[in-house]
Amino acid sequence: MNSRLASDIVTLSLEHLRLVGIAVASACAVALPAAVWLARRPAARRWALGFTNIAQTVPSLALFGFLLPLPLIGGIGEHTAILALSLYALLPILRNTLTGILGVDPAVRESAMAMGMSPRQILWQVEMPLAVPSIVAGLRIATVTSIGTATIAAFIGAGGLGVFLVRGIAMMDKQALLAGALPAAVMALAADEGLEWIERKLSPA
Amino acid sequence: MPSTAILEIRDLSCVLGGRTVLRHISLDVAAGETVVLLGRSGSGKTTLLKAVNGLVPPAAGEIRFEGRPAAEWDIIRMRRRMGYVIQDAGLFPHWTVEANIGLVPRLENWDPARIAARVEFLLAAVGLAPAEFRGRYPRQLSGGERQRIGIARALAADPPLLLFDEPFASVDPITRFELQRQFLDLRRSVRKTALFVTHDVREALMLASRIALLNQGALEPPLTPAEFLAARTPEARAFLAGLEDNWRQNEQPPGI
Repeated sequence: MNSRLASDIVTLSLEHLRLVGIAVASACAVALPAAVWLARRPAARRWALGFTNIAQTVPSLALFGFLLPLPLIGGIGEHTAILALSLYALLPILRNTLTGILGVDPAVRESAMAMGMSPRQILWQVEMPLAVPSIVAGLRIATVTSIGTATIAAFIGAGGLGVFLVRGIAMMDKQALLAGALPAAVMALAADEGLEWIERKLSPA
Repeated sequence: MPSTAILEIRDLSCVLGGRTVLRHISLDVAAGETVVLLGRSGSGKTTLLKAVNGLVPPAAGEIRFEGRPAAEWDIIRMRRRMGYVIQDAGLFPHWTVEANIGLVPRLENWDPARIAARVEFLLAAVGLAPAEFRGRYPRQLSGGERQRIGIARALAADPPLLLFDEPFASVDPITRFELQRQFLDLRRSVRKTALFVTHDVREALMLASRIALLNQGALEPPLTPAEFLAARTPEARAFLAGLEDNWRQNEQPPGI
């Protein structure tokens, strides 16, 4: 392996991480408040979960294709890829946060209410802390899938490790394929392990 | 006795999911007494307790707490003046025993030193060594210990009224008896007013100042335990018959 390849791997890996990081962070910024809001609204909850479910079923390559021609949000480059990745990350975070909040033992919620906690206090002092392990689990699924999906972003010029894959496929270059696939796999495994560790650390029981 | 009644319930009816669960309930609870609501499952006793706490809205009638109609109370303030203990304690699993007991004082902005002292006092009062139990989490406690913590939590801010929803129903008989004894001791020392729900006639006879029988959503006039033992209403007889059956079974020699 020459030094040129090594430095490419590092640069593209960092680019890859950046795509995933921004996408997952934006998905959190939308999904967490949305989940808090939806927790008390069953009708709206069905709609929102339906929407994110549908977004999830669109094949990633097709989603990139759909977003490309859109004005403002579409076009070649990083921002389109980030948008697509965030849409995929929404569902696991939203669903797991809701599961966590709604899964709190009814006896615990009821005694919180009966002791004179306000709805806001119940949310922040009881429901959210108890939902944390579930939220982190959602974050973990979102991050790991984003790392994989982000390799496709190279097809719309967003960079990242997918650049190696595009090159490898086009030129039937095994070394380039491995240079893209291996770091992505390592990254996904590391994210999985790391977030699982955090999940365990934050579990109250 | 409107001057000493902490809780006055007048002609209360409650409807849950289209079904009338409570019909025209009237009941006074005077300062210092323990009124036991005795009834079968589905008789509406838990609903009555929830209605007092404002967890279930009344369909008709009125509840007055400390002389004021419940509708005029800020519901959060009112609830903080009623300790509430439920069957499985409902402790917060992510908080230590100390944080659980100190909940209402914390919500009421007591200073931390005062809360710590109060927690220590209450742990001792329910028979648990403060140094040993303060830092534990609910999952590190037995069922009986959890119920004791639940009672300590309800007592924390010294509320004028305590509501108990079958607090000893899910513990083993020996622990239950210990908890009942402790309840009597505690009542002697703190002179609390309590509304206590149970389906266990023995528990009712042991703990009650007065027993009010709840039968399919309707309340029979409250009786002292002695009066209750002589009661002639069909529902009271049904409960007492169960008690006699128990005695007879217990007196059978083993091996038969």
